[in-house]
Amino acid sequence: MNITQAQYTLNLEGTENSHIRITVDGKEFLVPLDPANSDYAEIMRQVAAGTLTIEDAD
Amino acid sequence: MAKDSIRDYSATSSNNSDIQSVDISEGCAPSGLNNAIREVMTDLKNVSTGTVALETPVADSFSTDTISEKTSATGVTIDGVLLKDGAIGSIANAVAAHLTSINGGQIGGARNLIINGKFSIFQRGAGATTVNGNDVFAADRFKGWANGGGTYTVEQSTDVPNNEFEHSAKLTNTGVDSSVAAGDNYRWATDIEGYNVSQLGYGHSDAKAVTLSFWVKSSLAGTYCGALYSTTASRHYIYEYTISSANTWEKKTITVSSGDTTGSWNKTNGNGLRIYWGFGSGSNYQGTAGAWTAGEKWETTNQAAWIGSASATFFITGCQLEVGSATPFEHEPFSVTLQKCYRYFHFVGGDTTYQTIATVTNFTTGQALGLYQHPVEMRAAPTISKSGNWAALGGNTSVGQTVSADQNGPKTLQLGFSGGGGGTSGYSTTLRVNNDINFRLTFSSEL
Repeated sequence: MNITQAQYTLNLEGTENSHIRITVDGKEFLVPLDPANSDYAEIMRQVAAGTLTIEDAD
Repeated sequence: MAKDSIRDYSATSSNNSDIQSVDISEGCAPSGLNNAIREVMTDLKNVSTGTVALETPVADSFSTDTISEKTSATGVTIDGVLLKDGAIGSIANAVAAHLTSINGGQIGGARNLIINGKFSIFQRGAGATTVNGNDVFAADRFKGWANGGGTYTVEQSTDVPNNEFEHSAKLTNTGVDSSVAAGDNYRWATDIEGYNVSQLGYGHSDAKAVTLSFWVKSSLAGTYCGALYSTTASRHYIYEYTISSANTWEKKTITVSSGDTTGSWNKTNGNGLRIYWGFGSGSNYQGTAGAWTAGEKWETTNQAAWIGSASATFFITGCQLEVGSATPFEHEPFSVTLQKCYRYFHFVGGDTTYQTIATVTNFTTGQALGLYQHPVEMRAAPTISKSGNWAALGGNTSVGQTVSADQNGPKTLQLGFSGGGGGTSGYSTTLRVNNDINFRLTFSSEL
């Protein structure tokens, strides 16, 4: 998965991270912080490998 | 003891001293012998007609056209299996049945572990999708990889082996890799959720045998390979099959006679078992066929160089993985297959140009959210993506172009939109597609 951008999004209350908004081939995806979600697992793999950094939420 | 029927006869000759009270003992009167012979014939006739039953009707073989119950309404029991009134067994005493077909057709009951094995579902579109990179989906539940410069497309086809099927998946080589490096890989696979393969007992001593069957046709004849693979146990079993004639449908049946007794296999909502089809990968992914082995490989050195053959085609349908030996393909209603696919991917859009998505409430100006309930419980909290235009109805009009979500779970989520202007806090309205038949809001929890 060629992720070019990744940023956390906040929950409704704005108190904690809810999703990671990623861009893949110019298209946006909202990925839940669920280890069972294969996209989240891939993001974490790339973060661990040092090839991806997730920006803090706005 | 008087010998009044054949059942009274003794296996000890000296004990047979009379027949029906006719003396045949040693030194008997010769005048009684003819009478004794007549009595023997009468006894044999009584056995023949069934008047006198055999004591033990044991035989190495028995051939007859009809076996009927002797006592009315009791049926006939053969080795504990009751045959009565056209039925096998009874409600009170059900029996096990090992069958290859029912009425000459499939055996019911979710026998096929592969979802969408006859390629009737292409939610992402039936047209050609290019596979270039990792995890590219076209047919539901099937994904492809192409890494090394070569590419291929996947599309739904109406080219089928027989009238039992309506569709197949067609793979076409659109980018030749004629010099495959060790790490290049060209493969296609379907992943089966752990819950659905836990019955195989893999990772345990009583792991079950399975059979993979499918119809296949390729423009390039030769030896092809694939594998059964566990992502969590990192174990694989490579299989080979031969496409004997180019451009000819052939049915392949691959039996994995021993299940894998090693490793930690996922048996919940993770990746339980992957089935690979290979198209000519590098040496890093080549192994030995016919044995469970550590690592991830799906081909042998015998694999045909399909990715090296310009415009090569590969059609496949009727994919079935089942416990035990092969049975006919298990057909199921279209709606059932679609519901199964929804657990991993579904979308909103494409029905009408203003299709309703959800009822939402503005919680601030320009931001609204509402309940979105999935059509079935998804495997895990899904990844969400939106393409196209949507808007809210009425006086609270707010054209949101950015999707947001909270409380994302397998059953429901709070679906939000923002980025547009307008909308009154506290007011509810309808979130709908905004004149865009190509709008898609997708939910994916693929393995």
